[in-house]
Amino acid sequence: MAKTHVTMKVNGAEVEGLVEPRTLLVHFIRENLQMTGTHIGCETTHCGACTVDIDGMSVKSCTMFAVQAEGSDITTVEGMANADGTLSALQEGFRMMHGLQCGFCTPGMIVRAHRLLKENPSPSEPEIRMGISGNICRCTGYQNIVKAIQYAAAKINGVEFQEAAE
Amino acid sequence: MIPGSFSYHRPASVADAVKLLADLGEDARPLAGGHSLVPMMKLRLATPAHLIDLHGIAALKGIRRDGQNLVIGAMTTQHELLASDDVAKAMPILHEAALLIADPQVRYRGTIGGNVANGDPGNDMPALMMTLGASYRLESAGGARDVAAADFYQGAYFTALEPGEILTSVSVPVPAAGHGSAYEKLKRKVGDYATAAAAVVLTMSGGKVATCSIGLTNVHETPLLATDAANAVIGTSLDAATLKRAAAAAEAIMAPAADARGPVEYRKHVGGIMVTRALQRAAAVAK
Repeated sequence: MAKTHVTMKVNGAEVEGLVEPRTLLVHFIRENLQMTGTHIGCETTHCGACTVDIDGMSVKSCTMFAVQAEGSDITTVEGMANADGTLSALQEGFRMMHGLQCGFCTPGMIVRAHRLLKENPSPSEPEIRMGISGNICRCTGYQNIVKAIQYAAAKINGVEFQEAAE
Repeated sequence: MIPGSFSYHRPASVADAVKLLADLGEDARPLAGGHSLVPMMKLRLATPAHLIDLHGIAALKGIRRDGQNLVIGAMTTQHELLASDDVAKAMPILHEAALLIADPQVRYRGTIGGNVANGDPGNDMPALMMTLGASYRLESAGGARDVAAADFYQGAYFTALEPGEILTSVSVPVPAAGHGSAYEKLKRKVGDYATAAAAVVLTMSGGKVATCSIGLTNVHETPLLATDAANAVIGTSLDAATLKRAAAAAEAIMAPAADARGPVEYRKHVGGIMVTRALQRAAAVAK
């Protein structure tokens, strides 16, 4: 099958490549761009480990073809840090609240939570839980993932983070 | 899991898309949000030789008011439906049901056109569209026609869509002011299809049901309109005996498959409960 030339912006940089139409976006990111922060978990659109941000939407990159991303603006977990290289509020939240155990789901969790907080900077706990309901943590470490997002929301809003009483 | 090879087409207009479909024939499939088709392609259960991606067609996007109808472009995503004030105000049941579809990431990509056109009995929008009395605009190189949602579904994945046709928009009559509605869906987890689900749209007058429409999801190879159940509640105040009769009338037309969601009797039982709950909640919010 003839290859197609694609160009897109990934984490602020213009990138290009030759892909078959059937190449999934996640494979283009991991194999052509050699950016392996975006994980492949279930490959069946359930787990959310492959979530990337495309033109302001959280998308499971295993369920979209690279050719469909032509001209789009993509952010992956590699693009989550602050411009000066320090941890973003979300990354800091995951570190401070122990929001990961094995870490496999973490890239998808952080990229999804990034868009959630852009759309709703002060989410309630149920809103956070529904907001990350497309991401599965097989360590079942959801409590601390929710706390990590609450930590980030507090920091972004300039208020002191207070853990809810158990 | 890698899909089979295909050629990719991205037309910029409906005219170009239906011409491609006509020229390429049976080996071509339109691609909407892709969240049903792409997983099927990865499993090689679908192996189209040509994909016609509809994302480049601006005319298929958006929600507009046309007289007494809301006209929703086929490529409008569930996320966009949820963001629409028009939808939330005029037909809150559509907002409520969209929130129960899949998960946030899938809702950014999944479209109303794909949901209603695929003919998957597990999809939520088809029964809802039948309940609301919606119709679908189908376009081909030969012209356009409108088909009522109630006449569209013929079997699992079999619909009134003819080869060469694309579903381009959904037209939904705005329910009467003061109507009550509810969509009750039991599912095992976020992202699952319904074990059983029921949609109710009704109006009340003097404490009694004046009009009522009931739709059922995933309890048959097609979505169902539970006409006998709806007729059973008209003129009543939804007392316990009436609710029981309505649930029984709805269960009588259900023929779900036994699957991981449960055996046939259980899924019918759940379907009856969904009807009861949806009737009660719809009546409670009707004015």
